[in-house]
Amino acid sequence: MMRILFFVAFIFTTYAATAQIDSTLLRRKPMDSSSKNMNMDAIYNRPFLSIGKLPVALGGYVEANWQHLGTDGVTEGHQFQMRRMTLFIASSIYRRIKFLSEIEFEDGTKEINIEFAAVDIEFHPLFNVRGGIVMNPIGAFNQNHDGPKWEFIDRPVSATQMLPATWSNVGFGIYGKKYDKNWVIGYEAYLTNGFNNRIIDNGDGRTSLPAAKEDLDRFEESFNGVPLVTAKAAVRHQKIAEVGISYMGGVYNKFEDDGITLDKRRRVDVYAIDANATLPKIKTYITGEWAWINVDVPATYTQQYGNKQMGGFLDIVQPVCQRPVLGFDKSVINLACRFEYVDWNVGKFQSTGGDIADNFMAVVPAISWRITPQTVIRINYRYNWQADLLGNPYAKTAGFQAGFSSYF
Amino acid sequence: MKRIIILFFIGLMAVLSCRKMQPKASADDQILDGPVEGLTAEEKLQFIRGDVAFNDEVFTAETGLGPLFVSTSCGNCHAGDGKGHPFTTLTRFGQTDSTGNKFLHMGAPQLQNRAVINFMPEQIPAGAASTRLTPPANTGMGFLDAVSDADILAMADPNDADGDGISGVPNWIHFKDYLHERTGIITSGGRCIGRFGKKSGAYDLLQQTAGAYNQDMGITSTYEPYDTYSGHEIDPEVSNQTLLDVVLYLKTLKAPVQRNIDDPTVIKGKQVFMQIDCGKCHVPELRTSASPIAALAFKAFSPYTDLLLHDMGPGLDDGYTEGNAKTNEWRTPALWGLGLSKNSQGGQYFLLHDGRARTIEQAIELHGGEAKNSVGKYFSLSGQDKQALIKFLESL
Repeated sequence: MMRILFFVAFIFTTYAATAQIDSTLLRRKPMDSSSKNMNMDAIYNRPFLSIGKLPVALGGYVEANWQHLGTDGVTEGHQFQMRRMTLFIASSIYRRIKFLSEIEFEDGTKEINIEFAAVDIEFHPLFNVRGGIVMNPIGAFNQNHDGPKWEFIDRPVSATQMLPATWSNVGFGIYGKKYDKNWVIGYEAYLTNGFNNRIIDNGDGRTSLPAAKEDLDRFEESFNGVPLVTAKAAVRHQKIAEVGISYMGGVYNKFEDDGITLDKRRRVDVYAIDANATLPKIKTYITGEWAWINVDVPATYTQQYGNKQMGGFLDIVQPVCQRPVLGFDKSVINLACRFEYVDWNVGKFQSTGGDIADNFMAVVPAISWRITPQTVIRINYRYNWQADLLGNPYAKTAGFQAGFSSYF
Repeated sequence: MKRIIILFFIGLMAVLSCRKMQPKASADDQILDGPVEGLTAEEKLQFIRGDVAFNDEVFTAETGLGPLFVSTSCGNCHAGDGKGHPFTTLTRFGQTDSTGNKFLHMGAPQLQNRAVINFMPEQIPAGAASTRLTPPANTGMGFLDAVSDADILAMADPNDADGDGISGVPNWIHFKDYLHERTGIITSGGRCIGRFGKKSGAYDLLQQTAGAYNQDMGITSTYEPYDTYSGHEIDPEVSNQTLLDVVLYLKTLKAPVQRNIDDPTVIKGKQVFMQIDCGKCHVPELRTSASPIAALAFKAFSPYTDLLLHDMGPGLDDGYTEGNAKTNEWRTPALWGLGLSKNSQGGQYFLLHDGRARTIEQAIELHGGEAKNSVGKYFSLSGQDKQALIKFLESL
């Protein structure tokens, strides 16, 4: 009985305490929409909520959707999905020293990942040091992947299934930016833990950089002791566009164990270019990235695991209605379309000399309603084509998806 | 507000019409996969499990692949349950006559031409004869499995008693301990009739499947427990349940459905096919006997094979064999599904046992031995009759 009374008293006092929080103490730090921001700033350019004078700010986003997709006449029917919930915690440790972490829960609690947890120390705008779990700056999407920023329910296949977004590793690096009138130039360079054998030995049956994430030890130890180098340079003209080029490369195999040489060092090298622009007057927003992957696959292995991949996406977003709707005074309705292509295995069969197929294409028209800049409701119609290794008739998948994504 | 209501109704329409906006299923006669009609609910569930294991499970070094292998999954060699592609063509070596394979200690009978990281693949030992074998289509195999031994023997004519130049003999093979005898099994000298594989080297689909897991992917089971790399008996890498699910899946894949059966050219083509004696080996219709799967029992079906070995002449003699088959003898391949082969072979034909024929006509032309007379008759046909015959074969 005493336990029940204690429990009731605890709930009551907790509720009462909550009710006494002065909401004016909660301050929302909005996203910086200045045109000096670059893709590399996406990690910190998120809305945060801070409490009073606490040096800690909280934030996060959530994504949920419904979809009904079918492949060649076979459908799994109506699916309701909680794609992800992400929590950010940021703090200013001292002047020019800050910390941010991003913890993501995907598909309920099926996957829980620390996607980012790093301390940044600014010595000079052109020279900042970052260490911890960092997002390797390959392409644009990996660092700028928050759901509410996009008009599409699915993340780009090229960014998540060819490139391994979200791809985070333990390591250190430097970054910096320089402004000159309308121009901004930025760079990033990191040394981190890298890939492993799984990229050519996985249940996907194809070369897959994302398969490296299945190694649960990768935040604790490097698979082969050789750092992965990731570097990016980007330039932005505030009235024209931002263009970035990036590189990520290293040794992926265990070439040595216990001092015994097992194999030669086999490399994976990734090159990417990304760009985004907003067309003046009509405000059409265009963004995309394209990447090339080279993997040194042993000649005695199977060609099913290709030594070259390439692919990318292009998003075109056209605002068509910018005015208050149902009391949401910053409401924007967009028409959008995404085009995707991935060649999972660029090359020719040794047995016939014919082209290896294994490619993917998708077109995703969309309507999005940005109720506020931080909250988007979106309806997509997805149609994609997947060819198998041999180039047999495409498996076609299509259907509707609808859902929302919002920062909180 | 009006726009919101319109958008809401557009969304509602999308939900209601979602199935209509999705890609349609291919017609049943255009694809090879799918279960035979009349399975019980339990068999259907097992079919689905087998389908997943066959088509979706990709083995890795961690899950048992290799270390020497040819392919990483079943579906890799049999895309869409159809014929394979030179990319996954198998090589077998070592045996030249009925006295057995003298190269078993050197990795025979199958060459594992690929290896996981840090291992080296096999090489064909010097002096060993070899042959290359294109993976076959999987469809309708449960029907072939359910033909009685007596029916197969009834089609045999080892001494060419009818004098038509076509003999046809069964391949008498050793019976593996783990196999179950079929009802009405017929043996000779302690050997049983093989019916699966290009040389009829396998008794049933369990032997074929356990052998393929082991020899093609380097996956051991309680049926085939020896690692192809070390030669040692090791822990099973696939469960009996999964293997038996795959066996049931293969047994209950539907028979290919013939297309354009009412087309006069196809009808004419079938007449020509029988007229030039192709049907003497590629027997148009067989019947199943008893089967533990009711949907397969006592059914007539049209595989266009007699499940017997025939001498195909020196041109197709690769110098390698299995069981008591001679090196120039091949089991009559079923012709059903022939017209759909391109859909699993990357839009091209790779026909005959090793894929050397790139057209149906070339495959006919390369027949020798017991088929020589039929080939001669084919080349004396009018252009129209040849065209009708090809159209008929493409309808299968």
